[in-house]
Amino acid sequence: MGYCFTKDAMEAIWSEWEKCYDIYTPKCYHGKGRFSDTDCIRYGQVHSIDEVVFDKKAEYSPKEFLLQNAETLFYFTENHIQESEKRQKEALIFLRSCDLHAIKRLDAIYLQQGAADNYYKRLREKAKFVLMGCQKAFDTCFCTDMGTNQSQDYDMSIDYVDGLYFMDCKMAQWDELLNGAAKSIQTVIPTYVTETITHITLPKHIPQSMLQSDFWRQYDGRCIACGRCNFVCPTCSCFTMQDMYYTDNGKAGERRRVWASCMVDGYADVAGGGTYRKKNGERMRYKVLHKIWDFQKRTGYPMCVGCGRCDDICPEYISFSHCINELEKACKEAEVNE
Amino acid sequence: MNENVYVPFLSKILNVIPHTPIEYTFRMQYQGEVKPGQFFEVSMPKYGEAPISVSGIGDGFIDLTIRQVGKVTNEIFEHYEGNSLYLRGPYGNGFDVADYEGNEIVIVAGGTGVSPVRGVISYLGEHPQRHKGLTLIAGFKSDDDILFRDDFEKWMTQMNVILTVDKGEPSQHRHVGLVTAFIPQLDMKCISTAKAIVVGPPAMMRFATAALIERGFQEENIWISHERKMCCGLGKCGHCRINDKYVCLDGPVFPYTVGKNLID
Ligand code: SF4
Ligand code: SF4
Ligand code: FES
Repeated sequence: MGYCFTKDAMEAIWSEWEKCYDIYTPKCYHGKGRFSDTDCIRYGQVHSIDEVVFDKKAEYSPKEFLLQNAETLFYFTENHIQESEKRQKEALIFLRSCDLHAIKRLDAIYLQQGAADNYYKRLREKAKFVLMGCQKAFDTCFCTDMGTNQSQDYDMSIDYVDGLYFMDCKMAQWDELLNGAAKSIQTVIPTYVTETITHITLPKHIPQSMLQSDFWRQYDGRCIACGRCNFVCPTCSCFTMQDMYYTDNGKAGERRRVWASCMVDGYADVAGGGTYRKKNGERMRYKVLHKIWDFQKRTGYPMCVGCGRCDDICPEYISFSHCINELEKACKEAEVNE
Repeated sequence: MNENVYVPFLSKILNVIPHTPIEYTFRMQYQGEVKPGQFFEVSMPKYGEAPISVSGIGDGFIDLTIRQVGKVTNEIFEHYEGNSLYLRGPYGNGFDVADYEGNEIVIVAGGTGVSPVRGVISYLGEHPQRHKGLTLIAGFKSDDDILFRDDFEKWMTQMNVILTVDKGEPSQHRHVGLVTAFIPQLDMKCISTAKAIVVGPPAMMRFATAALIERGFQEENIWISHERKMCCGLGKCGHCRINDKYVCLDGPVFPYTVGKNLID
């Protein structure tokens, strides 16, 4: 059912929602930006519709809700294990179409590949998604080329246009409240972009020779292996186990998992001192090919959703989208030569 | 609520066999299905979880050969008696003896790479009717690094064993030289059907598989096993991924025809 609301009505709805949900949306952290006197837009719990940032892209993605950057799995003693507590309240998460498509990717890894992950699952079951319409693409977005610019599988949608809020609601439980509060009842199709400034062409085939091609060498020196591109990515989902010990003998403590980055030193270290992908260019290859090739081989669709966050964040101005376009050309050449 | 796949279970340390000053085999209480080549995530006090491959399987126990590396706890090496460790697993595909049975078989293993194939070697050693000739080429850095000495003594009575060290004085019971040096002179009855398993450090596997192919082995008759940093064993943490394969789910054992195309 579609509705149009004034700001006052939206506020009333919000307070009803908050009885049932914790609400997470992109919000502004003043003065917390990457450069002095800049703001940072990232996910956080908000308490009023005014706090929701509609006109800027969140630097970090909503994956922060489902995969926290440090999550306690359980507490242990010498002979007892106590699982960490699970969230009680449901959560309402506001996100854009690309990010909703990213959730599908996380589900593929955390729920469908191998055994289901209990910690992901228990949060995922508590999450409801509110699709935020996109009236215009940001500079680095390339969702249209990835087929992620439009979404159907949301619980509710919201568009903020000229001081009014437009919503489509698929949750019957809210119909009565929304009906009563609406300025008008109308068909609402969440806005989505059909034009982007940045474009990419995915390679149709990646010849085996590209895995060891000099193409990747350009990143050996340019990339500083900081891992920011992974941390902001809505589909990057690697972690490392970490134990925290409360006792000297290491027999009581807690086990956590923390975000890991395949661009950062240590990711591929094995016991005994061996490691893989020492060069940053090799790591770039590993990341890029996972996003547009390797994941797809398992699932049938690419991992990257074209949000452009990795391009926005890189301190060395390394562009993922540019890399894909150059790679596409290089792959064609390699195929001719093969 | 379904069982939490991250929660380990307690397993009692039944026995400890020291091999070298830094490598011990822990015999752990365990009931359940498990295959050689599979691995467990072992919680080591003060260190955290580490993937350890199963080096032996028996009635009510599994063997885990653990190497004390870097900051890996001295604790479990020193205070093991009567203790327990947290384990979860088994993970990975493991070796399927049916893949090799009934043929001439060559197993090439380097260093701790002997652990994952130890179960296969022992099984084939004890069932001579299940193969048409068995050769084990096992290489260690030096005499001090040799693992499973008791096993080697028994294996020498059951199969053709070429035990070698990279560096050392000549001796009667073992050779000096890299494992690859012994591949060209392998005496095979039917090279086109002979099967080979190669496990060890990456460079050793690369050279050994190349030497086997050079010797006339068919690519599809070779299997390899990969070692990676496996944090979860569940296809989630990402550390073990090579191209579109997860070593913890799709491996660690790969047919060479698949493994040869995996580029880290
Ligand atoms: S790889 Fe870059 S563009 Fe693609 S989903 Fe991740 S952050 Fe977004
Ligand atoms: S953000 Fe840029 S410099 Fe940092 S790891 Fe990613 S590509 Fe390299
Ligand atoms: S060990 Fe974590 S994905 Fe394989």
